[in-house]
Amino acid sequence: MAIMTYAAAARLAVAEAMRADSNVWCIGEDLGRGGVFQQYQGLREEFGAQRVSDAPISEAAIMSAAFGAAMVGTRPIVEMRFADFALCATDELVNQIAKARFMFGGQSRAPMVIRKPMGMWRSSAAQHSQSLESWYTHIPGLVVVCPATPQDNYSMMKAAIQCDDPIVYLEHKDIWANEGEVDPDYHYEFGRAEIRRGGGDVTLVSWSNTANLAADAGRDLSSQGIEAEVIDLRSLWPWDKSTVINSVKKTGRLIVAHESVQVSGFGAEIAATVAEHALQALKAPITRIGAPRSLIAYAPNLENQLRVTGQMMVDAAIRLCR
Amino acid sequence: MTISNYDIDRGLSLLSMMQRIRAFEEQARLAAVRDKLVHGAIHLSIGQEAVAAGVMMHLTRKDYMLSTHRGHGHTLAKGANPDTMMQELLGRSGGCCSGKGGSMHIADFSVGMLGANGVVAANITIAAGAAHGIKLSGDNHIVVCFFGDGAANRGPFLEGLNWAGVFGLPILFVCEDNRYSATTLTAEMTAGDGPAARAQSLGLSTTTVDGNDADAVADTAGRLITQVRDTRQPAFLHASTYRLDGHTYFDPASYRPDGEAQHSARTNDPITRLRETLITAGLPAHQLDALKDAGNDEMTHALAVATDAAWPADASVFDDVQDIGSPRQDAY
Repeated sequence: MAIMTYAAAARLAVAEAMRADSNVWCIGEDLGRGGVFQQYQGLREEFGAQRVSDAPISEAAIMSAAFGAAMVGTRPIVEMRFADFALCATDELVNQIAKARFMFGGQSRAPMVIRKPMGMWRSSAAQHSQSLESWYTHIPGLVVVCPATPQDNYSMMKAAIQCDDPIVYLEHKDIWANEGEVDPDYHYEFGRAEIRRGGGDVTLVSWSNTANLAADAGRDLSSQGIEAEVIDLRSLWPWDKSTVINSVKKTGRLIVAHESVQVSGFGAEIAATVAEHALQALKAPITRIGAPRSLIAYAPNLENQLRVTGQMMVDAAIRLCR
Repeated sequence: MTISNYDIDRGLSLLSMMQRIRAFEEQARLAAVRDKLVHGAIHLSIGQEAVAAGVMMHLTRKDYMLSTHRGHGHTLAKGANPDTMMQELLGRSGGCCSGKGGSMHIADFSVGMLGANGVVAANITIAAGAAHGIKLSGDNHIVVCFFGDGAANRGPFLEGLNWAGVFGLPILFVCEDNRYSATTLTAEMTAGDGPAARAQSLGLSTTTVDGNDADAVADTAGRLITQVRDTRQPAFLHASTYRLDGHTYFDPASYRPDGEAQHSARTNDPITRLRETLITAGLPAHQLDALKDAGNDEMTHALAVATDAAWPADASVFDDVQDIGSPRQDAY
């Protein structure tokens, strides 16, 4: 057990995987100097410039070349720098990587970890702040994960590197420096949510940094006499339906909260699934909390208009429970 | 080259492959038009066979090749089995992609054919990546990537060629320039001097060839492939050719000037040209006819095998999507 940051936890997982398997390598812009968020710091020194490789500002080629290298037996970790820039490589991810195994009748695999730092971070404005995780859940062939803690960024990274599927690995930019305990022996199982706190009054489902806000909201609510069951999904595809449904059957109330735009967000999928499988258990309407369908602004006060907060979850839970 | 030092064995080998490709595609067209057994679009390379045959004769099965939507010829020339290819075109269970890809996604990894592609130019960066993987693994084989003239106007052309140059990768890019981007003249949609000039501007060793002269393609590609093998650096081959058919088998190609295709078929068919060379070199016509007949027999058989093959099992649509979150467990 060690205390480390969210960034350091992923870095450790990558380093251990690279020591264990010479086919694992990293490719992306500015990796030689440790990556934009220092999440690769020190790896160049240990593994050399070929395995921790800089790349031209060619997102499509970074994604696609890594895919070609994956098809011939290597296991690339692809750095997209900002999730927003991964849109430059959408054909490569959606039309090529996600489909190759299927289209070629199982002849190929694309074992890739595609890291896309997401989310609002220090007035980064409309092109460096988005949370687009729900897009990727719509694409068969992809696994979509959103670690929220140092422990998960270690364990999920290790599991992702070992997986033979292409994994959209969405780290949140605002929590690189968050510290937490990391147990190296903890094994992450894809599609398994974590119950961050138990409770019988309301189910609060979230992921990525919003799950951290939800855990804080759960503590606030407890001090006000409402026990929320806070579920961090961790993985959006596959997602842990049974944990969510079982919780709703117990609490009868569901709040889904995410930083991304509420309209067509993954919360809608969760709400629909709960309505299909546990409607009778609901004592109150399902509540979705997401960003307004607007664009992320630069000025801090404008940015805050679009921010999903723990207080919104507290208010919603009180409304549902009283 | 004079006829006295002409390499007859190589010429026969080229002609045999070109006849096989032509025969395969003629059977595929029959399967589509006559038998109505091809379900989607197929894009025929009739008229362009010399490029596939002339380049691929220098590769081993361990070398990789990536192709385009017009990829039957490349795939056959890389060594794929025409029976499994034809079954794929007909969507049958024995198809090389288990009936999931069809013509546009044809692939045979067992012979190093890493896939045709339905998106123009998308294979260029993937191919660069395959070469990157070879370099990382320290292997000694190479990659060949085919694309058309239209691909030079998409971003992956720039990104992929730059990538191969920056990382020093063992790959031969082959631009099969048939002058048409689907149904539009490429020259009218292309600024500057075209694909070869663009490759040259990125510092790639660039060569042009008459892509309908099978011997010239074989000579030039052979030299370039040896160079790529030895130097482990990328090279670019621009091959001028002509598509005798339409963009797809159901495209009448009426956008072409009257007589253009007929003129090319009469004067510039790569099979006719190579046949004439071989006859001048002293080969009897009946020996060349026998190659043509053998190709026709092989591909008629392939179509018969495919026509009789079973459909894939319905449930196989959920196979090979992904391990984690597989639709076999969780399709809805």
